[in-house]
Amino acid sequence: MRIPLSWLAEYVDLEPGTTPEQVHAALVKVGFEEEDLHDFALSGPIVVGEVLSFEEEPQSNGKTIRWCQVRVAADGQKAADGGDPVHGIVCGAGNFFVGDKVVVTLPGSVLPGPFPIAARKTYGHVSDGMMASAKELGLGEGHDGIVRLAEMGVDPEVGTDALELLGLNDAAVEINVTPDRGYAFSVRGVAREYAHSTGAAFRDPALYLPATGAAPVATSFGTEFPVTIADDAPIRGRAGASAFVTRVVRGVDATKPTPPWMVARLRLVGVRSISLIVDITNYVMFELGQPLHGYDLDTLSGGIVVRRATEGEKITTLDNQVRSLSVEDLLITDNSGPIGLAGIMGGATTEITDATHNVLIEAANFDPVTIARSARRHKLPSEASRRFERGVDPEVAVVAVGRVAQLLVDLAGGTIDDAGSNLNASVAASAIELPTGFVSGLIGYEYTADQVSSSLSEIGATLTSSPTGLSVTPPSWRPDLTDKWTLAEEVARIVGYDLIPAVLPVAPPGRGYTVAQQVRRRVSETLAATGHTEILSYPFLDETTNNLFGDAVAASIPQVTLVNPLDSEQGNMRTSLLPGLLATAARNRSRGLTSVSLFETGLVFLPAAGVTYGHGLLAGAVRPTSEQEAALHAAIPPQPRFVSGVLIGDALERQPGQKPVAFDWQDALASIQQIALASGVKLAVRQGAHRAFHPGRTAEIVIASSANNVSNNGSNNGSDEVVGFAGELVPSVTEEFHLPRVVAAFEINLDVIIAHAGVPHRAHDIQTMPAATQDLSLVVVSTVPARDVLAAVIEGAGDLLEDAQLVDVYEGPGVTDGSRSLTFALRFRAKDRTLTAAEATVSKDAGVALAHSRFGATLRE
Amino acid sequence: MARRFLRLVFQYRAPAPHKVRLGLVSAPIEINESAVKAAVSSALAAIAVAADSAALKVVRTAHLGEASPLSQLNALMRSVAPEAKAEAGKLMGQAKGHVAVAFAVREEEILVVEQQAQLAAESVDVTAAASRWSAGARHPLMLLQESICDAFVGMGWEISEGPELESEWFNFDALNFDEDHPARAMQDTFFVEPAEAHLVLRTHTSPVQVRTMLEREVPIYILAPGRVYRTDELDATHTPVFTQFEGLAIDKGLTMAHLRGTLEHAARLMFGEGAKIRLRPNYFPFTEPSAELDVWHPTFVGGARWIEWGGCGMINQNVLRSAGIDPEVYSGFAFGMGVERTLMFRNEVGDMHDMVEGDVRFSQQFGMVV
Repeated sequence: MRIPLSWLAEYVDLEPGTTPEQVHAALVKVGFEEEDLHDFALSGPIVVGEVLSFEEEPQSNGKTIRWCQVRVAADGQKAADGGDPVHGIVCGAGNFFVGDKVVVTLPGSVLPGPFPIAARKTYGHVSDGMMASAKELGLGEGHDGIVRLAEMGVDPEVGTDALELLGLNDAAVEINVTPDRGYAFSVRGVAREYAHSTGAAFRDPALYLPATGAAPVATSFGTEFPVTIADDAPIRGRAGASAFVTRVVRGVDATKPTPPWMVARLRLVGVRSISLIVDITNYVMFELGQPLHGYDLDTLSGGIVVRRATEGEKITTLDNQVRSLSVEDLLITDNSGPIGLAGIMGGATTEITDATHNVLIEAANFDPVTIARSARRHKLPSEASRRFERGVDPEVAVVAVGRVAQLLVDLAGGTIDDAGSNLNASVAASAIELPTGFVSGLIGYEYTADQVSSSLSEIGATLTSSPTGLSVTPPSWRPDLTDKWTLAEEVARIVGYDLIPAVLPVAPPGRGYTVAQQVRRRVSETLAATGHTEILSYPFLDETTNNLFGDAVAASIPQVTLVNPLDSEQGNMRTSLLPGLLATAARNRSRGLTSVSLFETGLVFLPAAGVTYGHGLLAGAVRPTSEQEAALHAAIPPQPRFVSGVLIGDALERQPGQKPVAFDWQDALASIQQIALASGVKLAVRQGAHRAFHPGRTAEIVIASSANNVSNNGSNNGSDEVVGFAGELVPSVTEEFHLPRVVAAFEINLDVIIAHAGVPHRAHDIQTMPAATQDLSLVVVSTVPARDVLAAVIEGAGDLLEDAQLVDVYEGPGVTDGSRSLTFALRFRAKDRTLTAAEATVSKDAGVALAHSRFGATLRE
Repeated sequence: MARRFLRLVFQYRAPAPHKVRLGLVSAPIEINESAVKAAVSSALAAIAVAADSAALKVVRTAHLGEASPLSQLNALMRSVAPEAKAEAGKLMGQAKGHVAVAFAVREEEILVVEQQAQLAAESVDVTAAASRWSAGARHPLMLLQESICDAFVGMGWEISEGPELESEWFNFDALNFDEDHPARAMQDTFFVEPAEAHLVLRTHTSPVQVRTMLEREVPIYILAPGRVYRTDELDATHTPVFTQFEGLAIDKGLTMAHLRGTLEHAARLMFGEGAKIRLRPNYFPFTEPSAELDVWHPTFVGGARWIEWGGCGMINQNVLRSAGIDPEVYSGFAFGMGVERTLMFRNEVGDMHDMVEGDVRFSQQFGMVV
């Protein structure tokens, strides 16, 4: 909402010289955030001139200019720029006559741009200033000639300051009005708030109007204009219209100009001047907050009926659009059918035109919900709908109609007819009980009884005392005041939030971080400490990419799709973190950072196949039943948290004495080990397959089935609980992301890991008897995974084997084709004695035997 | 031990250096003082000129070995008359002692010199090191979020989390956003297909508050950090995906003064001891009274100033009722701030693009600490 300062000053005392900044500061204190500042960006001398004469001079460029003599000061006096009283001015416009009063921007003045005016040589003359158009002054859009003051209905003295004459020296503050405060979409409401903030005297324009200096014109009517409200389909139990006030004004001259002060004020609030009658209805809307509509009375047939539309009914609105209506739309109709879409836009058939002589003014109070839905349905948010959605003072309709009628009399030469209507079915707000001490108890500041009652009176509430405290009836313009909490806010706001003290509450002892929170942080910190850089990518992806990455085998998976994505190419929620990581890696590489190791933790969105998610609308303010609560929890698809990474380029860059070492699948497996370490959950690796991964270089990561076996190299094949994949991506995918052929990657469902975390580790004693070490080389068919052979050796060797590591893999001469030699370093130790070599060998041989029986492994010769 | 060796060394007066040629020492015939002296002098002279451990090894063979003059003299002990044995033995003992001590001292000297030489030879230019490790980094938004959590956990609060794809009931209805109220439309919400499923990307982390209130018994003191979504295009100060942290406290007797106290504490933890806060009236459907929160940033680049930090207020009675909590018995407060905005002002990040693009240089300037 924009508030011109001159307008504000009509209803609240503004200290002379008050700046827009000071007004902003005052309004912020009572809850209106500063948005912007608007003015005409003009500075003088800009004065009224009279065209004394001109000569038309055709130019070689085809244009005809006028060389004009313009009087800008009385004879014998100096002009406002210190020059002669008559200035020679070159003008390109041809819309004026000798004797016209015009606006002259004299040398030294500045037009918006900024565009400084100076005497300058042009078309063979020295043009000593400029005659301004409405657009140049910021008053209008049209550029069809210079301003002729007679057209604005004024005839001032030559030399008059045009800025003051036209209201161009005014400025407006723009404030943000929160959606609970519809009343502040008016000069009336903001003036009241300014008074609250500064203590300045407020004059309610609903009671006092400067034009008459007295209470507004008649609010009773001699003749009833027939109006019927016939809402047979109220929305949420509320009738579409609660008040409908009309008044007839006859004999208006619709072609009369809008006075400059009104044009300027409308301009400052952001509205273009259209025609006098429309301007007046707009002006009063901004002044009082009541949307208004004018009908050409002579185009109406019969009385007015307010009703709901029928499905598919049509109306042609003022903008000449044919609109198809819904049963929820509220219509203003006469015998001819719809003549207005209530609270949204008037109809074309009854529009005010230059030929209009008799006007029916309408000020209604429409139901906020009805108007909000219609504005949304027809995508027609307007100044009127914005006010109705937030609630309009039902008592101000009759005042607003009177104000418009009076302005039509004053400015358009009309006569107020005694016909009108004053339907008002709005229910007065009921009183709210405000127990003594409630406000202080909620705010934490001891308010005096006087502070409470005077702040509430100040905002317009009516107070009576009640057995428990105060009975408070909110003013008609404050539908947001519904309970004692809202009243407490008013008291705190009016007295000032600055008085509220600071007291630190003491929370009961907390549980600290949960296991999940601890694991997540430790995983991220470990990955960062081991060379990965954390990124946060947007979770928006396309369907194809989601299908590729979202599942190991399925070609197409259920996805979450957005109704209104920012980018229609990325309208789905991610099923994997890898695409975001790959795109980020590509961005880094395009910036010359060729080796990157990235990781991200975040949610992915994995609706289950065949499940319909969602829930019906359910009202708030009541705790859902346990069934409803269960339904709400089941309404959303699973959103597990993943941790994923991509490693591209060199793990170790080229450097002194060091050749570059490129990232490959083994680095992705190292990342997995880091995650296992950080989470305290043992993970096992086995050969795997995933559509996005290299078919021969993919590890499936599973939860290790028994945590307390041998060392961290693992000894078992793990459970069937897959937590993710690691390895290299398939080159066709990396190519799509404009990345090199080899991209190591991992993707892990962190939630699954977390489900296994947090179990206290059961320590085993550290044995200190001397160890015996032996190497073991086994020849086995190459397709048998090394890990399985190792597991067999460990299992067969039994308790004496303390540790076993794969130290070499050999294929080549000396080993049968299709087989390979696996060398393990074994460490044996007995709990209670120094182990002999012979004992170790017996244990080793048992391991060999099991590996042989399982996989045909033989000792390498 | 060392001290005794030293004493012996000082007692012994080395003869003037002269050339010792082993070959010139003729085989002794009997143990006499001059023969012993000659053998000792020749040994000492050889020890003194031995330049390194290799030379010393040769000296050991020549003068302490079995074929050395001293050993040969010593071998004559068998033929010494019994009455002269004591004197000859003393003579030989002293001589061997002199030589052994001199040898040990020299050996130690050479060892030190040689070790120093080896270390000197091994020295490197530490500024030309090859890196065996690559640096990684956390994202500063995550670091900041965690440090905010630490601050509240330190006060006994707990951290609550919830889904990012939410039902409208948790995101709106339970939070007192009426279906038709303009405040609901003003949330710039991402809706999920089909619209009648009433699912959205949460526009704030407040649904977590409702989930927590349904799950737990009062009193409740929680902080809910996380990702939220609004349909804003990415520019220097906006992003459609951003991070919030919201606090919620419900207890008997909580007041707006407690809210202010909590916020002041948080402001000081984030912006330093000089930070303070200011509350301005505002409107949020889920709080009443509501306030906009400004923080005084005492060390802001270009001068201390107020910055808008977030929103807060006393929990609206309808929100409490949505969770079955009686507003006549309990009261509570809530607040919500943007982590991005906090990072921008606290750490002088100039452009939102840096926070969302994932350029590793951005995170790596923070490392593991924000």
